[in-house]
Order: sequence, then structure tokens, then C-alpha cells
Amino acid sequence: MAGSNSPSERSRPGPPLWLLAELTYRCPLHCAYCSNPLDFAKVEEELSTEEWKRVFREARMLGAVQLGFSGGEPMMRDDLAALVAEAHGLGFYCNLITSGVGLNEVRIKELKDAGLDHIQVSFQDSTKEVNDFLSSTRTFELKLKVARLVKSHGYPMVLNVVLSRLNIDHIDKIIDMAVALDADFLELANTQYYGWAYLNRDHLLPSRAQIEHAERVTNAYRAKLGGRLKMFFVVPDYYSDRPKACMNGWGSVFLNIAPDGLALPCQAARMLPGLQFPNVREKTIEEIWHDSPAFSAYRGEDWMREPCRSCPERTKDFGGCRCQAYMLTGNAANADPVCELSPHHRRVSEAVERAQTVQRAVTQPLVFRERAASVNFVRAE
Amino acid sequence: MAEITPQMQPALRSVYRLQWEDAQQAWVLLYPEGMVRLNGPAAEILKRCDGRTQLSTLVDDLERTFGATGLHNDVHEFLTEAVSRGWIEFAE
Repeated sequence: MAGSNSPSERSRPGPPLWLLAELTYRCPLHCAYCSNPLDFAKVEEELSTEEWKRVFREARMLGAVQLGFSGGEPMMRDDLAALVAEAHGLGFYCNLITSGVGLNEVRIKELKDAGLDHIQVSFQDSTKEVNDFLSSTRTFELKLKVARLVKSHGYPMVLNVVLSRLNIDHIDKIIDMAVALDADFLELANTQYYGWAYLNRDHLLPSRAQIEHAERVTNAYRAKLGGRLKMFFVVPDYYSDRPKACMNGWGSVFLNIAPDGLALPCQAARMLPGLQFPNVREKTIEEIWHDSPAFSAYRGEDWMREPCRSCPERTKDFGGCRCQAYMLTGNAANADPVCELSPHHRRVSEAVERAQTVQRAVTQPLVFRERAASVNFVRAE
Repeated sequence: MAEITPQMQPALRSVYRLQWEDAQQAWVLLYPEGMVRLNGPAAEILKRCDGRTQLSTLVDDLERTFGATGLHNDVHEFLTEAVSRGWIEFAE
């Protein structure tokens, strides 16, 4: 298990309890904070219906129990209901993670009949202006309609709002919106700086004062609302002095399958050099989870360097995030530089410092997640 | 929250699903993007929270099944916690 160093335990990790099926990178939205890879345009051949069903069967046999249907926009797949039906029959708890676009009366009913357990609808903001700006679409009114549809069909509903400098000051209105839509849960998820969000970091990273204000308002609403709406406030790790326990440890409980069948320990790991990630078209889930070098690369503690190697907190945070370590220090085995103890912490604190200025000139324009932009990144590789 | 009385009929809220997991050799409570692994007694209580069974009957059943006595306080304490976590509601 997590933090253990004994060879016998390291060779038999627990089951991949959480399976995230990124069905497609196609998406009608163009969110500037999207966590999909910049070069998603090079991913062409999506797994077929039958290939996904095999993935679900094999993962379930290993003990996977939570299944997220994600993307891109999973509603872009015409076979979504068939996939949900298969997963439901296997005993998965089925979560749909959607922008809401494509979810109409007919399909929502079809998914209910297939056994879908829960729907998470994303909003970019509580106002039409910012929602539509951040997603570079006109989707706000549609999302409101979809959220009402979700509740009227008896689904538990999570509203997810990714917070950034551009919307975090609307926190009270965002919570009001979740209450008005009768959401069961509200995820106030500060942007994590991967993919497109990393590219746009100087536009998106809020100031400390903004974050403190948002937390204060959220706590006040918690006291007021009681158990009526469960709220999760995901603290931005750039403002923590210790790293997040990313994925609860590499290859510990989380398995991500990308649209082309690539098996990854997280959504972002595709970027890490020197690792040959296995593909479900060539390997079974059991081989991938138990035998692939990529999935054992950062399991346990043998890979750790100082300051993590001798740190008493390594069993709690596993050294943080490998992708963040790679992006900010050039080596995935370094401590996540969010940590104050990291010799590279300056890479984070400098970005944080820049974010404290009220009016800043950011020279690079905000880049929206669009296919044309992605194609340019593929060309540049 | 109102006091839990022996006549009340506890029910698992519809957001939650109780399920046996072979791989974990445990009963688990599943909910949107989350899971709680239950210990034996917790699972035995939750399995009986069907919205029709009165708390007093539920306790009798547990005591009979497990050859125990005096379980009322333990069950009451667990249900109080389960209500505060949002797992349980009471049928009218």
C-alpha cells in the first residue's frame, strides 16, 4: 500500500478502484483551463464500443468500482448508453462527467434506463458572460436547462465549477446558483495547472486575497446551508506549503484510459518522457496494472530523491505530483516544487508573486482549447 | 435534527448504493465519485435500513441474528453519525 517499501507489497498493489474512461478528446467547448493534453489533435482512432466494454470487464475483475465517463465531452459518443449499460451490469457506480452539451430529454432517459448513477455538470461561472467567455461558446442557458433536466430525472447532481482569477470573485453567486438548481454537491475546484491551464497560468492564477475571500464566503455558506448542499473547496496547490497527495500515489488506486486506449496513472502523465505507457489494445488491464514498468515507475518510495526520500511526510503526500515536478523542474522524480522544502520551490513562488498584482500586463494572449491551436502544438513537437 | 426514536424507519438515501465488493472483501457505500469501506457492524445495520423497518425491529433482528443483546445504544449511535454524514434519512 501507499508508503510501503516492502518488495512483496510493491509487487501487488491494491486494485485500481477508480477507472476514468476518457471516451473522446472531441469537445464542443474550448475552455482555457482544459486539462486535456495540448497535442490532443494527434489522437485519432478512438477505442470502439467493444474495446471499451472489454476494458470495463477487465478492470471490474481487478476490483475497479467507480467509473467516470469523461473526455473531452463524453456525450459526443453515440454509444454512451450502451457503454453505461455494460458498466452498470458489471456492478460499477457510473458517473457521467459532462459539460451538459448534447444531453437532451431523450438521451438523459436512455442513460437512466442504462443504469447511470450520477451526473456531474460543469459550469464555467454563474454569469452568462464569463461562462461563455471561458468556454468560448454560448452554452450558459443550455447548461441551466440541462441541470434542471438532470434533477427532474431523479439523478444525484454534482455541479463542478473550475475556479480561476476570472471567476473566483463570483463565489457567492456560484453557490446561489447551485442552491437554485438543487444540486446535491458543489465542487469548487481551483484550477490545476496542467495542459491548457498551464499555458494560460498567468491569466488564471488568482491572488492570495481572492482565494482567502472565496474560502471565507464558502465557509459562511456552509454554516448557513447546513447539510443541504455539500461543498468541496479544492485548495489551489500553488498556495499550499506542502504538495497534494496526487492520485493518492502513482498507480495506487487510479487508472485513466485515454481515448486512444493509452493507459495512464493520471490524465496528464502522457507528457512524461522516458515512460512507455501501455495500450489496452495490446495489453490486458491486469498486465497493465501489475506488470507494466510505467505503472510501477513511481510506486512506493524507491524512486524518491531528497528532500522526499528522508521526509517524514512522504507517506502522506507521496512527494506530490510527478507531472508538476516534470513541468516545473524538468525531472519527474524531483519533489513537487509546490513543497517549501523543494530546492525548486522558487518556480512556484515566482508565479504566485506575479499573481498578487492587481492589474498585470500578460503579454501572451489567453489560448482557448481549440483543434486548430492543438494542431499547431502537434506540429511543434 | 430531531431525536431518533424506536418507531422511526431509517432508509439509505438514494444518492448512496450499498454493495459487496469481492476485491476488497468488504461492503462499500458508493456515491458520486466516492466510496466508503464499511466495517461489518456498519454494513449489517445499513443493509436493514430499507425505509420500512422500524428501528426497534431492526435492533431485534440484529440481536437475533448475531446472538447478542443490548445493541440498541450502538445502533442508535451509528445512525446518529450516519444521519450527520447524510447517508440516512427517515421515512415519514
